[in-house]
Amino acid sequence: MRDKRVLWWMLLGFLLVSLAAVQVLPAYAESTPVSVAVQEQERQVDDESTADHTKFEILKQDFKNAVEVTKACLSCHTEAAKQVMATYHWTWERTDLPTGKKVGKKVVINNFCVAVVSNWRRCTSCHAGYGWKDANFDFTNEELVDCLVCHDTTGKYKKFPPGAGHPVYEPKEFPPGSGKIWEPPNLSEIAQHVGPTSRNTCGACHFYGGGGDGVKHGDMDSTLKAPPKEVDVHMSPEGANLVCSDCHYKGTHRISGSRYHVTAKDPHGKDLPVPDENPATCESCHGLAPMKDAKLNDHVDKVACQTCHIPAFARGDKPTKMWWDWSKAGDKERGVEKDENGWVTYDPKKGEFIWAKNVTPTYLWFNGKMDVMTLGEKIDPTQEVYINKPHGSPDDPESRIYPFKVFRGKQGYDPVNKVLLVPHLMPYNEEDKTAFWASFKWGPAFEEGMKAAGLSYSGKYDWVETTMYWPITHMVAPKEKALQCGDCHTKGGRLEGVPGVYIPGRDRVAWLDTVGWTLTGLALLGVIIHGGMRIATASRKK
Amino acid sequence: MRRVYLYTRYERFWHWAQALILIGLGLTGAEIHGVYRWLGFEEAYELHTYFGWALVVLVAFTIFWHFTTGQWKQYIPTLDRVDAMIRFYTVGMFRGEPHPYKKTELSKLNPLQRLTYLGFKIIIVPVLGTTGLLMIYYNRLPEWGIHVSLGTLAAIHTAAAFLLLAFFIVHVYMTTTGHTVFSNIKAMITGYEEIPEESPAAGD
Repeated sequence: MRDKRVLWWMLLGFLLVSLAAVQVLPAYAESTPVSVAVQEQERQVDDESTADHTKFEILKQDFKNAVEVTKACLSCHTEAAKQVMATYHWTWERTDLPTGKKVGKKVVINNFCVAVVSNWRRCTSCHAGYGWKDANFDFTNEELVDCLVCHDTTGKYKKFPPGAGHPVYEPKEFPPGSGKIWEPPNLSEIAQHVGPTSRNTCGACHFYGGGGDGVKHGDMDSTLKAPPKEVDVHMSPEGANLVCSDCHYKGTHRISGSRYHVTAKDPHGKDLPVPDENPATCESCHGLAPMKDAKLNDHVDKVACQTCHIPAFARGDKPTKMWWDWSKAGDKERGVEKDENGWVTYDPKKGEFIWAKNVTPTYLWFNGKMDVMTLGEKIDPTQEVYINKPHGSPDDPESRIYPFKVFRGKQGYDPVNKVLLVPHLMPYNEEDKTAFWASFKWGPAFEEGMKAAGLSYSGKYDWVETTMYWPITHMVAPKEKALQCGDCHTKGGRLEGVPGVYIPGRDRVAWLDTVGWTLTGLALLGVIIHGGMRIATASRKK
Repeated sequence: MRRVYLYTRYERFWHWAQALILIGLGLTGAEIHGVYRWLGFEEAYELHTYFGWALVVLVAFTIFWHFTTGQWKQYIPTLDRVDAMIRFYTVGMFRGEPHPYKKTELSKLNPLQRLTYLGFKIIIVPVLGTTGLLMIYYNRLPEWGIHVSLGTLAAIHTAAAFLLLAFFIVHVYMTTTGHTVFSNIKAMITGYEEIPEESPAAGD
């Protein structure tokens, strides 16, 4: 009797608790902010590592310079430097596979800061090494590899802009006259807190290409350190929270993905279980039929994922540079000018700029191959001069319609030898007066630049407009923000002018439409006349 | 006056269902073609595809109906009295002359209707349907050994659509040329048409 009563009470209690749970739990799930869920997901870096670098005696020393740190790293990581030295991060030079031509930062010329040669110590602040300040840098010295620039987790390691890859070892001012003092980093602390690369470490160079935040790429700037989901669905802490190496890493320090050889179409698809050579393509994770709608998937043979899923570039906090006119540089009286947004539009050291945010890309057929101009190549100044030119055509099965940032500028060329000129911008040292940023004279700057590049210079210079293409692949928007059908399937839409493909809504056979509408008009006219005559003659009917 | 049962229940259903579907296809198709903007391309495309599939189903049933009922014989073309028909529509009608063709249950289509509807059934609709389906499955055509460009398919589809539009305009107008302005439409709704017993004496 009593047992039964207990049983009933227990049942009643169980029912009440269940009811309460049903009421409360969904409410809890709904109210959990996305950020909490993300925090829970966030990679537990320290937990994953099998080594605690704060426990290594060798890292507790008072490092004289960063090279000493590398020596300490290599005492355990014996193969690391060899691996890095085999990569583009170290060589700044690569072989373009189809042509065998040497390309890469070392040998190309562009319309931003133009060329590395003769400007080494400024440019090489983004070299994964120490001390590349002239043509004699030792590319075989393992101790010159910079481990910290990629593996610092403290955010306190900074390479000094004109330091040829070194951080400062005593307080220094940069930019000169700015009053901004660069303090020497605590190398021991940093060395004890190394870890995997992050958006911050990669971004320290890649977000600032061209000499400033967001200047070069258009689809990369410092916003990507922690972007809102709207800006980049992959890298956003509220999104997939991916870091660069989740896509751009192939093991043993090798990096996948290259602007010199883009994978515009990846017929291999998903890289698990069997990877291909480039795990950084969209298809590597999303496969070959990534969308739910079959008709949308029909587009992937001709339209790159980026075309629809990156509706605009420079969508973060920073604008990107669209135009750079070096010919206007040197007017110190004009001084630095800014527009209403506070963006620098004139700098006597660099010339005139145009910036833009939320830029609609230019769309071209692209098969991933780039014609890249290198130092000393002949140009025809009467034609458009291309710094690089994407290959591709509608008839090429490797090509897809791909988005680009088109960057234009004006830069010096030799009207006699018909080559783009290498300007010596960054003085080698305080005594060097040939550099443009020391004397503000182009003659000696071009002369020294060309001499350093081993190229002949007629002594005459003029200005020529040049064009450079930047494939757009980052800043992928959430799918709700992707382009809609009507953005391209219309007259005057996004893909207006892209040749060789019939786009319903954009295209038609003009004469057929004329014939068709004429026929329609005649039919209407016919019935109107016929009907009118019937009404007019109705009285005759009895 | 004689009440003739011309159109059976299925035939009337078929006619009006097809009319609705084709009007839907025409409106959405014109938007896809960029003639005007209302629903937006995506919505227009989706509706157009749904209407297209609906037409496929309807046509499948109707082909079955044609052959099981023997109604296909109504469409056997003939040139018999076509000249009289043409004369009636161009001249006789305005003089109040009687229609030269007498509708009966066994032969409800006049020679011009036979020719036009047959063309509609064996040329315009099949061409539209075939090119439409080929465009839906465009990316799989190479696998199936079919090599044709989207532009060509779209052009043929458009050409047939214009023919259909012209047919539609004339067809709707012609419904008013019956015994009374609405007698033909009434017949297609109720199935029965009122037909004069004997035409009044020819020539007034």
